[in-house]
Amino acid sequence: MKKQIVSLFVIAGLAASAVAGPLSFDFKDPKGVNNAQFKLDAPLEAISGSAGGISGTVTYDPANPGATKGKIIVAADSLTVPNTMMKDHMHGGQWLDVATHKEITFEAKELKNVKTTDTITTADAVGTFTLKGVTKEITVPVKLTYLKDKLGQRMPNAKGDLLVVRANFTIKRSDYGVNPKAPTDKVADEIDLTLSIAGAAPQK
Amino acid sequence: MRKALQVVAVVLALAIGASWAALGANRGWTKTSREVRQLDEVTGIEGITNVKAFLPGVDFLGAGLLIAAGFAGASLLFRKPKQTTT
Repeated sequence: MKKQIVSLFVIAGLAASAVAGPLSFDFKDPKGVNNAQFKLDAPLEAISGSAGGISGTVTYDPANPGATKGKIIVAADSLTVPNTMMKDHMHGGQWLDVATHKEITFEAKELKNVKTTDTITTADAVGTFTLKGVTKEITVPVKLTYLKDKLGQRMPNAKGDLLVVRANFTIKRSDYGVNPKAPTDKVADEIDLTLSIAGAAPQK
Repeated sequence: MRKALQVVAVVLALAIGASWAALGANRGWTKTSREVRQLDEVTGIEGITNVKAFLPGVDFLGAGLLIAAGFAGASLLFRKPKQTTT
């Protein structure tokens, strides 16, 4: 009788894990590795920098990666360039106005053209991008890498999974009211954005 | 005085040029920090840390050379010492 009860629990456990459903990944990285990089390549000057203040949540189902949804937030005041004066200008009211518009966000609503090989999924994420209070629908090519049971390798004594999200896309600063009158030979209109982030889904 | 200002101008121009070249000959604006990248082996993501650093750019070079030119120009305000013949 005892053996039968134990077997029942094991079967129930396996069944539960088989239909575990979507996992929720938190992208607030305690190791501070997550980053967003930006580059503006104007004829007279190339400006590049990065941002580290990343948070957000993504729901990912290993059995159905195409159903991935989520929202990634970048703290606007974490954007930095290698020149202090340029950084202060960039944060100012004419450019990003970080005092008023504290967050830059991308909310993925659906994935299209989903291709999954083993633990890697590539897709076009359709969603809304918000910068300086202006929201527009855009499509972003993304690469998702699901790392099962790898959380412990980054955070000792923790158990769970990791999800690495990589994306590279371009926006126009004039579309979002980021100093649209600034000459494009000095500050390019197109901003090339690269996102390299990892989220954690600890086991409960 | 004329000679002294010309020497200062040359020394300043050489010092500015040499320090700009020695610190990386950065052809952009002066940078006050630089990125240090470190690979996270589990995720494959390169983490970026910004550390304080002074990397003089063309603005630093231009300003330095302009000051040196100012010294050279100022030296012209002084007359050449008269050569005495015996």
